[in-house]
Amino acid sequence: MDIHEYQAKEILSGYGIKTAEGGLAYSPEDAVQRAREIGGHVWAVKAQIHSGARGKAGGIKICKTHDEVEAAAEALLGKRLVTHQTGPAGKVCARLYIEAGTDIAKELYFCFLVDRSSERIVMVGSAQGGMDIEELAVTNPEAITKIYIEPAVGLQDYQAREMAFALGLDAEIISHAVKTIKGCYRALRDLDASMLEINPLVITRNNELLALDAKMGFDENALFRQLKISELRDKTQEDPRETAAADRGLSYVGLDGDIGCMINGAGLAMATMDMIKLAGGEPANFLDVGGGASAERTEKAFRLVLADKNVKAMLVNIFAGINRCDWIAEGVVQAVRKIDMKVPLIVRLSGTNVEEGQRIIKESGLPIITAETLAEAAEKAVQARNEVVARTTAA
Amino acid sequence: MAILINETTRIIVQGFTGKIGSFHAQDMLNYGSQVVGGVTPGKGGQTHLGLPVFNTVKEAVQQVGAEASIVFVPPAFAADSIMEAADAGIKYCVAITDGIPTQDMMTVKNFLRRFPKEQRMVLTGPNCAGTISPGRSMLGIMPGHIYQQGNVGIVGRSGTLGYEAADQLKRLGIGISTSVGIGGDPINGSSHRDILEMFEADPETKVVVMIGEIGGPQEVEAGLWARDNMTKPVVAYIAGLTAPEGRRMGHAGAIISSAGESAAEKVAMLRELGVIISPTPAAMGATVAEVLAKL
Repeated sequence: MDIHEYQAKEILSGYGIKTAEGGLAYSPEDAVQRAREIGGHVWAVKAQIHSGARGKAGGIKICKTHDEVEAAAEALLGKRLVTHQTGPAGKVCARLYIEAGTDIAKELYFCFLVDRSSERIVMVGSAQGGMDIEELAVTNPEAITKIYIEPAVGLQDYQAREMAFALGLDAEIISHAVKTIKGCYRALRDLDASMLEINPLVITRNNELLALDAKMGFDENALFRQLKISELRDKTQEDPRETAAADRGLSYVGLDGDIGCMINGAGLAMATMDMIKLAGGEPANFLDVGGGASAERTEKAFRLVLADKNVKAMLVNIFAGINRCDWIAEGVVQAVRKIDMKVPLIVRLSGTNVEEGQRIIKESGLPIITAETLAEAAEKAVQARNEVVARTTAA
Repeated sequence: MAILINETTRIIVQGFTGKIGSFHAQDMLNYGSQVVGGVTPGKGGQTHLGLPVFNTVKEAVQQVGAEASIVFVPPAFAADSIMEAADAGIKYCVAITDGIPTQDMMTVKNFLRRFPKEQRMVLTGPNCAGTISPGRSMLGIMPGHIYQQGNVGIVGRSGTLGYEAADQLKRLGIGISTSVGIGGDPINGSSHRDILEMFEADPETKVVVMIGEIGGPQEVEAGLWARDNMTKPVVAYIAGLTAPEGRRMGHAGAIISSAGESAAEKVAMLRELGVIISPTPAAMGATVAEVLAKL
C-alpha cells in the first residue's frame, strides 16, 4: 500500500528527519493561505498522487508570488497526471502540498527496501540524486552504494556512517546524517514498510540535510497490526474496480484487453492470461477467485468482470482441488441466469468431479461454450471474441 | 526415494483443531499420510480425529516422534509457530498460511540460519499448497488423486498451476516423484534452487519441472545453479507474459519491480542457461514427454 508524500513526511518528521515547512491544501484559497502561513518568497506547489516522477509530468510547480501559487493550485487540482508509473489512465490530483522553497546545494538519492535475494533490508544511496535510480543502475552502477542490514541486530552506526561518507557529506553534518538514516530505518521497521525512498535527499546552502521528497510503501500482509497506517489508504488513487474487488475479498487487476477472466489461483490466472495472448487475444483483467469459489463469490466475480464495458467474451478456468467442479458449475449456471450475460462465456473445468460439472453446464440449456484443455479454452475465447467484434463491425 | 517426505514420515499439524487444520488433516489421513497428532496450545491432552493433541511442538516430537509439520496457524502467529517447530527439532515444515508479514519471514529465515546446516529445519512456503510424494505421503492441501507416482519432480510457486502441470502429465501417463510448492510470497522458506538441489540428489527423479512466475530473482538463480551443477534436464514455464510492470498479480511476490523480473526476461535468461522452456502453460506435459523420450 502506498501513501502520499505529505503523509510520509509527517511520519518521518516524527522520527527526527528534517523536512521543509509545508501544509496541505484542497483548494486554491487553501493553497494561498498555506503559502502565507509558511512565509518567504518561494513555494513549491506539489500534486499529491501515488506516483514518482511527478516533476516530469508537471505535477510540481515552483511559485514566487501568492498569485502564482493560486494559479498553480487551480491548474493542478482535479487534473489527471500521467507518469510512467501511473499507466496511461493517470491519477487524479485531489490534494496539494504547499512547501517552503529550498535553497539546494546538492541532490542525493537514498532509500531502504526489502531485498528478495539476500532476504534482508538493504540501504541504497547515491551522490547523484534527483534522477531515476533504475536508469543510474544501468548507466553508472559504481555511483550506487548498497549496504545490507543484519536483521537480528539492525542497522549499526558504522553502516550509517559508511553511507553518509559514500553520499559525499561533509564531516560536520555526518552525525546529523547518521541520525537521519537511523530514523528512516526505525520508521521502516516499526511500521512494516517495504520501501522508503527519499529522492532527492538534499544538502541546503546552509549545509543542512533535508528530505525534499518522501515515498513510503507498506507490506499489505502487515496492515492488521498497523492500524494507523491502514487509515492512510487513499482509495481515490486506486483503480475503482480493484478497490471494489478487494472489498469483496477478490484479487483483481484491470488491464487493457477485452477478454474477461475468472480463474482460481494466481499462478493459473497468469498462465491462462498468457494462453489468451498466445492464442491472439488480450486479457481484460487478472482475477483470482480463490480456493472456495462458492455460488455467491462466483456471482460477485462475474459482475466485477462484466462491469468492464470493454469485455467482449469471458473465460472461466477453474482447477478444482478442495472444491468440486459440480459445485462450481452450479455457481456459474446460477450467476449466468441472474446476470443476463450479453457476451459469450467459455468455461473450462478440471480436477475433482469434472464429468459431473460438465454435465451440469450442458444440461443447463444456457449458451455456454465448454472446453477440456487450457489451450482449447483460450482458443475458443479468442474465437468468440473475434466473432463478436466481426458482428459489431458489420452492424 | 522421492524428496522431503515418504510413506514413513511422521507428521503433526500445527493449528490442528481449527476448521481448516481439521479438514486437511483428515484429507491427509485419507491419502495415507502418517499424521501422528497435532499441536494447539491450551488443548494438550485432548484427542482430535482420533489422534493426540499437544500444547507444544517439543512434546509432539518427544512423545510421538514427529519429524514433519504442516502449519495452518493464522498469519499473525504463523512465524512464531514455524520457529517453534525449528527449535523443537522438526526436520521439515510446510507453511500453508497466506498473509505472513514480510518482516516476520525475515526473522524466521534469520532464526533458521542460526542452526548448523545438518540440524536446520527445511521450510517450504508460506502461501503454498504443500508437498506430495504421490502414492506415499501428502503434506498439503492439494487434490491427491490428480497426482500419479513416477519420475518427474515438480517445483512451483503456484498451487493450481502446479495441479495443471500434474494433470497434463497424468493425461500423458507420466508420474511424479515429488511435487513441491514453494509459495507465492517474496521471502519464502526454500527457493527454486534449494529444491533443484534435492531433486538432483534423488535417484528416482529423472526430469524436473520448474514453474515460475514474474517477480524476484529465484528462477534465474536456480537456472544458474542448474547449468553448473545439474545432470538432469530442467523444464521451465514462467507465468505472467501479460502482467504489467509494478502491479501485484495476486501473489504478494508476483510483481515486476526491477529489471530482469518480467516473464519474457526470465525466459530469455533461462533459455541461455540451458533450461528447456515450455512455450505455453498448455505445453508443460508435452515438453516433459519429449525430454523423457530422449533420455
